[in-house]
Amino acid sequence: MTLAETQPQALEFECETGNYHTFCPISCVAWLYQKIEDSFFLVIGTKTCGYFLQNAMGVMIFAEPRYAMAELEEGDISAQLNDYEELKRLCTQIKRDRNPSVIVWIGTCTTEIIKTDLEGLAPRLEAEIGIPIVVARANGLDYAFTQGEDTVLAAMAHRCPDKAPVAETEKEERNAISRLINFGRKKEDVAADESEYVKHPPLVLFGSLPDPVVTQLTMELKRQGIKVSGWLPAKRFTELPVLEEGYYVSGINPFLSRTATTLMRRRKCKLIGAPFPIGPDGTRAWIEKICSVFGIEPQGLDEREAQIWAGLEDYVKLIRGKSVFFMGDNLLEISLARFLVRCGMTVPEIGIPYMDKRYQAAELALLEKTCAEMGVPLPRIMEKPDNYNQLQRIYELKPDLVITGMAHANPLEARGINTKWSVEFTFAQIHGFTNARDVLELVTRPLRRNNSLKDLGWDKLVREEAKL
Amino acid sequence: MKLAYWMYAGPAHIGTLRIASSFKNVHAIMHAPLGDDYFNVMRSMLERERNFTPVTTSVVDRNVLARGSQEKVVDNITRKDAEEHPDLIVLTPTCTSSILQEDLQNFVERAQIESKGDVMLADVNHYRFNELQAADRTLNQIAQFYIEKARKRGELPTAKTEKPSVNIIGTSTMGFHNQHDCTELKRLMADLGIEVNVVIPEGSTVYDIQKMPRAWFNLVPYRELGLPLAEYLQEQFGTPFVDITPMGVVETARCIRKIQQILNEQGAAVNYEEFINEQTLHVSQAAWFSRSIDCQNLTGKKAVVFGDNTHAAAMTKILAREMGIHVVLAGTYCKYDADWFREQVSEYCDEVLISEDNGEIGDAIARLEPSAIFGTQMERHVGKRLDIPCGVIAAPIHIQNFPIGYKPFMGYEGTNQITDLIYNSFTLGMEDHLLEIFGGHDTKEGITKGISADSDLAWSKDGLAELNKIPGFVRGKVKRNTEKFARERQIEQITAEVLYAAKEAVGA
Ligand code: SF4
Ligand code: SF4
Repeated sequence: MTLAETQPQALEFECETGNYHTFCPISCVAWLYQKIEDSFFLVIGTKTCGYFLQNAMGVMIFAEPRYAMAELEEGDISAQLNDYEELKRLCTQIKRDRNPSVIVWIGTCTTEIIKTDLEGLAPRLEAEIGIPIVVARANGLDYAFTQGEDTVLAAMAHRCPDKAPVAETEKEERNAISRLINFGRKKEDVAADESEYVKHPPLVLFGSLPDPVVTQLTMELKRQGIKVSGWLPAKRFTELPVLEEGYYVSGINPFLSRTATTLMRRRKCKLIGAPFPIGPDGTRAWIEKICSVFGIEPQGLDEREAQIWAGLEDYVKLIRGKSVFFMGDNLLEISLARFLVRCGMTVPEIGIPYMDKRYQAAELALLEKTCAEMGVPLPRIMEKPDNYNQLQRIYELKPDLVITGMAHANPLEARGINTKWSVEFTFAQIHGFTNARDVLELVTRPLRRNNSLKDLGWDKLVREEAKL
Repeated sequence: MKLAYWMYAGPAHIGTLRIASSFKNVHAIMHAPLGDDYFNVMRSMLERERNFTPVTTSVVDRNVLARGSQEKVVDNITRKDAEEHPDLIVLTPTCTSSILQEDLQNFVERAQIESKGDVMLADVNHYRFNELQAADRTLNQIAQFYIEKARKRGELPTAKTEKPSVNIIGTSTMGFHNQHDCTELKRLMADLGIEVNVVIPEGSTVYDIQKMPRAWFNLVPYRELGLPLAEYLQEQFGTPFVDITPMGVVETARCIRKIQQILNEQGAAVNYEEFINEQTLHVSQAAWFSRSIDCQNLTGKKAVVFGDNTHAAAMTKILAREMGIHVVLAGTYCKYDADWFREQVSEYCDEVLISEDNGEIGDAIARLEPSAIFGTQMERHVGKRLDIPCGVIAAPIHIQNFPIGYKPFMGYEGTNQITDLIYNSFTLGMEDHLLEIFGGHDTKEGITKGISADSDLAWSKDGLAELNKIPGFVRGKVKRNTEKFARERQIEQITAEVLYAAKEAVGA
């Protein structure tokens, strides 16, 4: 196993088990239905779940063709109705109206509490109606926010084909990315292309990213002669990557520990545990780690990283020496904090809903190393924080920026504290060299805005004269 | 189980929390799983609230499920009591945690022992009631509790105010244009020489409740919130109430005349006729407008109305009576109060629809092909698909329903706003139509204008494919920047790689 060897000692981990705010993990529907184009997501829960998706995530209206609630009513909860028959009725209707390639059942707290056996029902129904049904129990009792994606991908990992198809044509079918990259080119060119790659065992990346970022990271590895055989998830359910025993896998998101475990234990893949490709430093470390596993000497990474940093300087100088406090929301906190420390910021506290020290080991080690190299104190890592206590610490520490969930942003701003919504980092394109600037664009926005409204304070909210 | 795509009214706990957080110095503890606390997000974002939403989730997770939640809930209540000293803490489950069937009343009693403030369990059946019904019940429960409390202490006032006065019941946080309506109603009361005694729940404290019996009458502008409370106050103190929604010229006048009657019955001698006349003719532009040439073009046009009871009924009456518009269908999602709605609108429309199923309303709109819709965000969405303009007149709320500018729906200023809304909705339709005829709309799909025409650069297929993935509104800019980048470097073919290199270089 390639999980990083170093268990950082000096980082301080605490757990407040407090009352903290984050989004429900079923919110993953918001981005996954867009990512997997032939899917249908059925959230099996109550009005509370539905209203959340409708109002906080704004999912319902726009996703309507490929998303619905199976709203549990009194009869379902008191078990007067037969779950199987009810789900069959709904899924048959979905098949008739939408004919998706897969129906993803998203379990909720309610299906957990009333112990609906979704995993038991799915195979029977799948056989009966002839559409694959994937079950993800993305409930709020066990998970927070982005971990919803983890539950879906872990379930999908079981559905990846376990043999590379023999026929060459079929293979092309499967590999959406190579098709994209080779789009419209002749066979010979493609064959010639193959020579650009070093010979190495197949590598599959996991984590849901917008298509442009998938292309960027795939190209980044291609520069090193590394070929990405597939992504989990793919653009279409029918194009899930092949996973044979012994394939290498690597996660690009910090919240995918269950998927990683499933890939290792159930699919017998080898996990490359690397820091995550967020920020130029993380991206570089990620590429280096993959190269090292394949025995490849990375080419031109120094220059590439330096060139990206040079392009960031105008933003970096705005935040150098400033402090940032993460209240904790989307589990991207460690990676973002590490990047921001590298930019010269200090981080007193990183709140995080759930800390998997094994899956994030390489990232934690890099954070520690980065702090040492930048000569700043190590952050305190606070799992399941208590928001009320955090606010007291924020008042005391007066950080220059607080990255927080949406519920606390306006009130903190009203108290003169700069904030940035953590959820924006979930939805923005932040991975890879190319998008490092977008991360800083978000981080610096409140600081830039405040520069332009400088020193107005709260008793005097507007400028008296506008400068033209 | 039912397939649902959209909800007009939220779950019960949202209603309870809206009431609790409307009051000053009241805190709510929500006993629920982590993901249920989005009320805080909605309120903070929609109302652009400067204060922390006074709602804390006592998180239910696996551990709590295994160990039982009593200790945690009681701790959270007493902790909040000590931290913030609220006058009242309201405990509510969500429909999810109410499945656990715990004895929450018992939790509350235990917590009360150690708390300085009052502690109360919101008495709502989460399986039976929606947001609107729950809000109504919670308001009633809190008000009765404090009236009783004052009575026991002998603190209830015995006399009415010297001058005519009113309690305005039903303004709450996250209500549709509630803040603006409230301001307008206060102005109206001032114009009528009536003192505002208490506005409840928004902005009042629970100890303001005991002052309510001093008012000469209660005004309940919204059908959905406050009626049971007004009835209770009438029964307890004989305070009469007015439940005519002052929306539109006709109903506003009717509301004022009712107030006049009530005041005069109690010995005042007011006559508001001149005021009504003056307002109708000169302050409100609505009456004049409906007789103007502009409005003639609207005569006989078809409209569909859908919303909550208050707004859908009022809007139907305005369209039919004041603007001469043909309401082909009036509908409400307040199924629980359907009879009232039917009675209110039947004579002003062809068809009445009572439904919570957005599909049914969408189908009806498609079948009827009205020139305009007045509905919720959902109908606006339907209208977009069918190319029918829609004015939003009712919750579910949306950030657009919290405009920075002053936009009441009630009173005389409200009549102007509504007229604007109606007129713009229809003419927007017409302009759209004209634009279509003259090809003014840029609706045709295209990557960017002039992608091949004036460009000396070639885009490879993968380059184009990547460009196509970039959202339309920035695509043009990205394309320009990329081509500039390519030109500077004498790159002839723009591939995906070039596109991203350009992005890195210019930060586009
Ligand atoms: S936390 Fe549970 S009940 Fe609440 S929205 Fe999420 S899944 Fe539904
Ligand atoms: S019907 Fe039951 S499950 Fe659905 S919202 Fe109401 S209480 Fe919750």
